[in-house]
Order: sequence, then C-alpha cells, then structure tokens
Amino acid sequence: MIEIENVRKSFGELEVLKGINLTVDKGEVLTVIGGSGSGKSTLLTCINGLEPIDAGRIVIDGTDVHAKSTNLNKLRQKVGIVFQQWNAFPHLTVLENVMLAPRKVLGLSKAEAEAIAVRQLTHVGLAEKLSVYPNRMSGGQQQRMAIARALAMSPEYMLFDEVTSALDPMLVGEVLDTLRMLASEGMTMICVTHEMKFAREVSDRVAFFHQGVMAEIAPPEQLFDAPQHAETKKFLAATH
Amino acid sequence: MFSYTFQWKQALKALPQMLDGALVTLQIALLSMAIGLVIAIILTLFRMSGNRILSGFATAWVEIARNTPALFQIYMAHFGLGSFGIHLSPFTSLLVGIVFNNAGYLAENFRGALKAIPDTQTRAGRSLGMSSLQAFRLIVMPQMLRIAFLPVTNQMVWAILMTSLGVTVGMNTDLTGVTQDLNARSFRTFEFFAIAAVIYYVIAKAVTLAARAFASRMFRY
Ligand SMILES: Nc1ncnc2c1ncn2[C@@H]1O[C@H](COP(=O)(O)OP(=O)(O)OP(=O)(O)O)[C@@H](O)[C@H]1O
Ligand SMILES: [Mg+2]
Repeated sequence: MIEIENVRKSFGELEVLKGINLTVDKGEVLTVIGGSGSGKSTLLTCINGLEPIDAGRIVIDGTDVHAKSTNLNKLRQKVGIVFQQWNAFPHLTVLENVMLAPRKVLGLSKAEAEAIAVRQLTHVGLAEKLSVYPNRMSGGQQQRMAIARALAMSPEYMLFDEVTSALDPMLVGEVLDTLRMLASEGMTMICVTHEMKFAREVSDRVAFFHQGVMAEIAPPEQLFDAPQHAETKKFLAATH
Repeated sequence: MFSYTFQWKQALKALPQMLDGALVTLQIALLSMAIGLVIAIILTLFRMSGNRILSGFATAWVEIARNTPALFQIYMAHFGLGSFGIHLSPFTSLLVGIVFNNAGYLAENFRGALKAIPDTQTRAGRSLGMSSLQAFRLIVMPQMLRIAFLPVTNQMVWAILMTSLGVTVGMNTDLTGVTQDLNARSFRTFEFFAIAAVIYYVIAKAVTLAARAFASRMFRY
C-alpha cells in the first residue's frame, strides 16, 4: 500500500505539490491525468525517493520513503519506475540492459539474471531482440525494454510517467498493450498518462491534478462521464 | 661543416640495446596510463561529489597538470620531493611525473565526455536500486570511456613521448637514456637519435593502431 499524506514540494519559489493526500491499495491501477506542470511527474519521483519532499509523508508498506533511516536503494527494488524517455543504456545489449540490475543490485548469478531477463523480455514481446543494441530498435521497442528492465527487479509497485508521450503514434499501441497486460496480471500501478481511452479502460480510479492539487479522484466512469470539479470538466473538454 | 660521415653500421650494432630501452619506455608509458586512468576516474568522482574540498583538490590537480610544463612535473617528483627527504629513483620520479600529467589531462577529458551523458542515465540506474557509485561505474563510466577514447589514445602517445624527459632526472635505461649514453660514448649523435626517433614513431603508431583495433572490438554500439 502506498500512503501519501499531505505531501508538499517546492522547486525554489514554485510550489509544485500543494498538500497531496492519496492512498493506493495493493493491486490497484491508478491513472493520473492533468495539465502540463500540474505536478504529476514530481509526485512519481517523490514516491520512489528520487526527489525529496518538503512536508508530509509517503509510506510504502509501512516504510517512510523520506525518513533518514530508509534505504532508498532497497526501497526502489520494490517500486519500479519507467519514464517518458526510456533511458536505454546504450552500451549494453537489450539482454544486458535487463540483466544489469538483477545481477549487480540483487546479486543474482549470471544464469539466474539471464533467465529472468529472457522471461521479462519475452513477456513484452522482445524475445527476438536479446542481442541487439538499443539504438537499433524503435522507440516503442526501447520503451518495452525499459518496462522489462524495471519488471526484472520483481517490483511490487510500478510507476509509469507518460511512457507513450515520446512515441510515434504508430508505436503507442504496443506499449499500452504491455501496460494493459500488467494491469490484468494484478500489478499495482500508478500511470501518468494523456491517453484518456486507456485510462478509462484500465483504471480502478483516475486522479485529476491541477496546479499542484489533486482536484478530483474517482472511478473512471464517474470522472470521465460526470466530473464534479470545474477544472476537470475544462480539462476533459479540451482533450476530447 | 659538412665533413660529418654517417656510420650507420656502427650505430645499428647498438639496436638491440636500444630496443631494450624501448621496452622500458613502453613499460613506463603503459604503467603511467593505467595508474593515470584510475586516478583520473577518482578525480572525476571528486569533481562530481559536490564536496568542496574534494572537488577543489581535483580541480587544482587538473589545473596544475595541464598548465605547467611536463618537465617541471617530473623535476618536482625527483628534486622537489627530494628537498622534503623523499628520494625517488629516476624510474619512479619519471613514472610519478607522467602519472600526474596523465591523470590531469584524462580527468579533463572525462569531464568533457560526461557532459554528453544525460543525467537521466544515472536516474534510470538509481531507480533500479543502484547506489550512485554503482550507477557511475556500471552506466556512466563505460559511456564516458567510449566518448573520451580518442583523447585517451592521444594521451597514451603523449605519455610515450614524455618518457624521454626522464634523462633530466638521471633515467638511463629507457630509450632516450640508452641513446644518450651511446651518444656520449661515440658522438654518433645523428645516427643514434635518428634510430631512436624511428623507434618512438613505430611505438606511437603501433599503440594508436592497437587502440583503434581495441575500440572497434569493444564499442559495438
Ligand atoms: N527539477 C526541477 N527543478 C525546477 N523546477 C522543476 C523541476 N522539475 C519540475 N519542475 C517544475 O515543477 C512543475 C511541475 O512539473 P512536473 O514535471 O511535475 O509536471 P507534470 O504534471 O509532470 O507536467 P507534464 O505533463 O508537462 O509532464 C513545472 O512547473 C516544472 O517546471
Ligand atoms: Mg511530467
């Protein structure tokens, strides 16, 4: 369970998160929508401790993410994140990209790490690409590799930050299919996305962010078909 | 003035001796590169650390190494440290001087290379649970070494040529040292130094070509 309690975060003068309260249960798929600069990415990077917070708490399965005593490297094995830019490691093959962290962070043997990597890459449809270097693949393939790379750590939670936004429209579908598959397998996920159709389809709940505030959160039917908040209505009108 | 007669035969007899010297030269150059690379990586980490003292130390090293004559750096290792009671052999002084120079230049090359590697690479590593040192070692450093490969090769050639400065601190077993001794005994200056120059050239070229072959095998992406 991810518990976010009254989280505040500023970059200099700019307050980006203005007291966020949110709980994500095990097995839940939450999508986060909202305008540019509303703090969606910042929230994800705060959840896995890549960014510090100024006030409030984020607790994952009882561990306070931002407590001094928390081993963030350990925590991040449990909370995978995939970014808009997939950040393939260019000097490693696809297989090596996925094997690296299981070997060096989890300390698995080469054979164990390889077995996991092959399984995850097969899962995302890249079984044919094991020995290819990332720069020889399309953006969609690289993004699926990044997803496999995160999954190879056997995370219990996955955070996705607009993982289709940098892709050619043609390639969006294959990545969304991968996310759908994960959702159907029961992965606990927080997906920041601009893909409204996808959000409606996979989400248990949808959260709408506006200027650092979570203006509204509801099951997709309600949020999309009967939004309560004026800003949600405006946003949805603009994106439809 | 033009009465000098070439005596190549006599000079060439000393070739085996000179080749032995060349081996010492190569040995110092390789050793100085290996140690220099390790120190350069440490200096790079110091500069990235955000710690004032560490990054100040590294910056000072880089500045001094790159903006003072290599000869002085070797002198300092020999006579300079000697004034403080630290007496290094000519071999060690030469090695220390060149290591100092190599590390400074290489660290600067690495800094340039790092600019080409986006922070998001480190971030991706960290988000997989790597420590910052792991992310550097496993993700950033291999890319950095690749980008800086050409300047590193150039520094290797420069290190080979710098070894010739060893004569100034009494080095007499490397190629220049041996050549100097032969010259002092026979005064066949032109012949000996011409042969030595050819040997330096061949070593430098061979190293460059070997580096290129290594790169094309290593860097397949
Ligand atoms: N590292 C940073 N330093 C300074 N300002 C930042 C930093 N990261 C984000 N910001 C600012 O914080 C605000 C929120 O950014 P964030 O990336 O969380 O928005 P977002 O909702 O993800 O937007 P988008 O849909 O464009 O990705 C923006 O105004 C952004 O410019
Ligand atoms: Mg964002």
